[in-house]
Amino acid sequence: MSRLEKVLAGGGKLVAFTVAGDPTVEESYKAASCIIGAGADVLELGLPFSDPLADGPTIQEAGARALAAGMNTDRYFELVKRLNVRYETPLVCLTYYNILLRYGLHRFAEKCARSGIDGVIVPDLPLEESGPLRRELRQVGVDFIFLVAETTPEDRLGRILASASGFVYVVALLGTTGARKTVDPKLKSLIRRVKAKTRLPVAVGFGISTQEHVKAVIRMGADAAIVGSGIVKKQARGENVGAYVRSLAKAAKK
Amino acid sequence: MSKGKFGAYGGQFAPETLMPALKELEAAYAGCRRDRAFKEELDYLLREFAGRPTPLYLAKNISGECGARIYLKREDLVHGGAHKLNNTLGQVLLARRMGKKRVIAETGAGQHGVATAIACSALGLSCEVHMGAKDIVRQRLNVFRMELMGARVIPAESGSKTLKDATNEAMRDWLANVRTTYYCIGSVVGPHPYPTIVRDFQRVIGKEIRSQTLKKEGRLPDAIVACVGGGSNAMGSFHDFIGTNVRLVGVEAAGEGLQTGRHGATLAKGSDGVLHGMHTKLLQDRYGQINESHSISAGLDYPGVGPELAHLARSGRLQVASATDDEAVRAVKVLCEKEGILPALESAHALAYAFKLARGMRGKTIVVTVSGRGDKDVHTIASHLGVRL
Repeated sequence: MSRLEKVLAGGGKLVAFTVAGDPTVEESYKAASCIIGAGADVLELGLPFSDPLADGPTIQEAGARALAAGMNTDRYFELVKRLNVRYETPLVCLTYYNILLRYGLHRFAEKCARSGIDGVIVPDLPLEESGPLRRELRQVGVDFIFLVAETTPEDRLGRILASASGFVYVVALLGTTGARKTVDPKLKSLIRRVKAKTRLPVAVGFGISTQEHVKAVIRMGADAAIVGSGIVKKQARGENVGAYVRSLAKAAKK
Repeated sequence: MSKGKFGAYGGQFAPETLMPALKELEAAYAGCRRDRAFKEELDYLLREFAGRPTPLYLAKNISGECGARIYLKREDLVHGGAHKLNNTLGQVLLARRMGKKRVIAETGAGQHGVATAIACSALGLSCEVHMGAKDIVRQRLNVFRMELMGARVIPAESGSKTLKDATNEAMRDWLANVRTTYYCIGSVVGPHPYPTIVRDFQRVIGKEIRSQTLKKEGRLPDAIVACVGGGSNAMGSFHDFIGTNVRLVGVEAAGEGLQTGRHGATLAKGSDGVLHGMHTKLLQDRYGQINESHSISAGLDYPGVGPELAHLARSGRLQVASATDDEAVRAVKVLCEKEGILPALESAHALAYAFKLARGMRGKTIVVTVSGRGDKDVHTIASHLGVRL
C-alpha cells in the first residue's frame, strides 16, 4: 500500500491544492506550510504550464503569475524538497504532459522520488498514452493518479481502475477547474460506480470550494474532497488561507 | 494503446472527460466514410455551394520571367475566400449526423471561424467561435462576417490572446459541453482523429491538382509548394503525392527572421512536445513552456504544427522552407502586379519561396497552393508598406 493510500484510507480527508511559485517561491512556500499546518491531509502542488487546458481562470492566472516570477521544473523540485524536509504530509505533483516530456520522463520520475513527491497527476495524459510515464514512476515507487469523469463508460472505467494506484481522482463536473455554486447530485452515482470497482481511496475534485461542498461529496461516499481554486483565490486576495483550510478539513471529517 | 500516430507524432493527449467523445467522433467519422449518401451530399455542397473544382491556373507572366511553369491552385476562389470551407462543410455535416446542435470552433485570423459560420448557417446548426481578444481587434472584418452569418464570437482573454489561446478556450468549452457540442477544429492539429479528419476533407485539393496537372501537362508536377501554419492546406495538397516522387515543399513563417526568435517556423526551429492533444513539433522553452509565435499572417502564427507534417519532415519526405514577413509582402505585390491576383498573406509565403525555387527549376512544373484571397489582409499589407488607408 502506498503512502497516499494509507493516508487517505478511512475517509473524511482533505486534499488541498496550490500552485508552486504563486506569486513567488517564498510566498508559495509559506502558503503551502500554512495549508499543511491547517490540517490538509495531502498537498497537491501544481507545477504551472503556459497552456493549462483543464484549468479555469483562477488557476490559469496563478500559473501565469508563478511563471512570470520564474517558476520552472528545477525550482519546483527544490521547493518540494524544502517542504518534504519539514513536513510529513504527502505531496502530489499536478502538471501537464509537455512539462514532463521536456524534462525527460526518467529524470522527472527520479526527481519526484528524490525530492519527496508521492504521486503525479497529469490531466492531459489519458490511459492510452500513459504507459511510458507509468513505467518510469513504478520504477521509483511514485503513484500515477488517474482521473475519471462522468463521461467515462463502464468498461473503460474498469480498465483505468485496473492500472490505478494511490487514489482515484473523480472529476466532479464536465468542464474546467474553478469554484461553482453547487455540487451536481449526479456525482453520487459516479462515486458509487468507482467505489464498486476499486479498493483505492476516492477523491473528488473540480468545483469544490465550500464546507457544504466538502460535506456533500463526503456524504456521497468519497474518501476525500479536493479543493483547489478556492484556496488559490484566497491566496490571491491575501485572505486567511489557514482558517479557510481548517474549516474545510473540519467539514471533511466524518 | 495509443492511437492516431504518424511515426512518432500524433496521438490523443486529451483530458479523460473528452476521451469518450473522441472515440464517438472516430466511430461516427468511420461511418461517414462508408456512407455513400454522406459522400454525395458533401460532393454536392463542394460543387454547388463552395464552387469546386477550383481552377489550376498557369501564371503565364511570372512563368515567362522565371523559366519554370508555375501553376496556381486557386483555393482563394472557394466560397468564403479560403480552402477552410472544404473542411468545415465536411465536419459540420458530420456534426449534424451525430445529432449535435451546437458547433464551436477556434479561429486565428478568422478564416476558419468564417468558414465554420458559413457551413453552420447553410446546414442549420448554431455556431460559436472562440477568437483571441487581440485577434478580434486585428481582424474586425472577419468578426463582423461571422456575426452576419449568425455566429457568436467569444473573445479568448487568456494567455497571449491569440490562436493558441482561442484553441485552449475552445477545448475548455468542449470539456464543459461535450454532450451537446461538436468541436470543429480548423487545421490538421489536435488529438486523434482530428488530424486525419481535417486532412481527409482537405485532400480534395491534392486530388484536383493531380487530375488537373495530368490533363494540362500530361504528367504530375515536379514540385508542389504550400504554406504551413497548422498545415491543413499543405496536407490537403500533399497527401495524394506522398507515394510519388513529386517534390513537396512546406513553407513556414520566418516572421522577422529565423535568427530573431520572432517567427512561426515550428518544423524548422521547434522541438518535440505535446500541446492541444497532439505530440508534435512545438516552439517552446527548455522547460516545455510554449513560446509565442510571430508572423505578419495570423494564419501562420501558431507555435505548433500538424503531427503528420512533423512526421513527413522528420522522415525527409517533406522539404521545409520559410519566408519572412517582408518576402511575403513582396510576393503579394508581385502576384497583384503580374497576374492580377491578390493572395492571402499566408499563401504569399508559399509564393515567395516558389519564386526562388523556380529559378533553379527551368522547364519544370511547380504547383503553388494559393490557400486564400488577400482581401482580409489589405490593412495589414498597407501598414507594412507604410501606406495609410
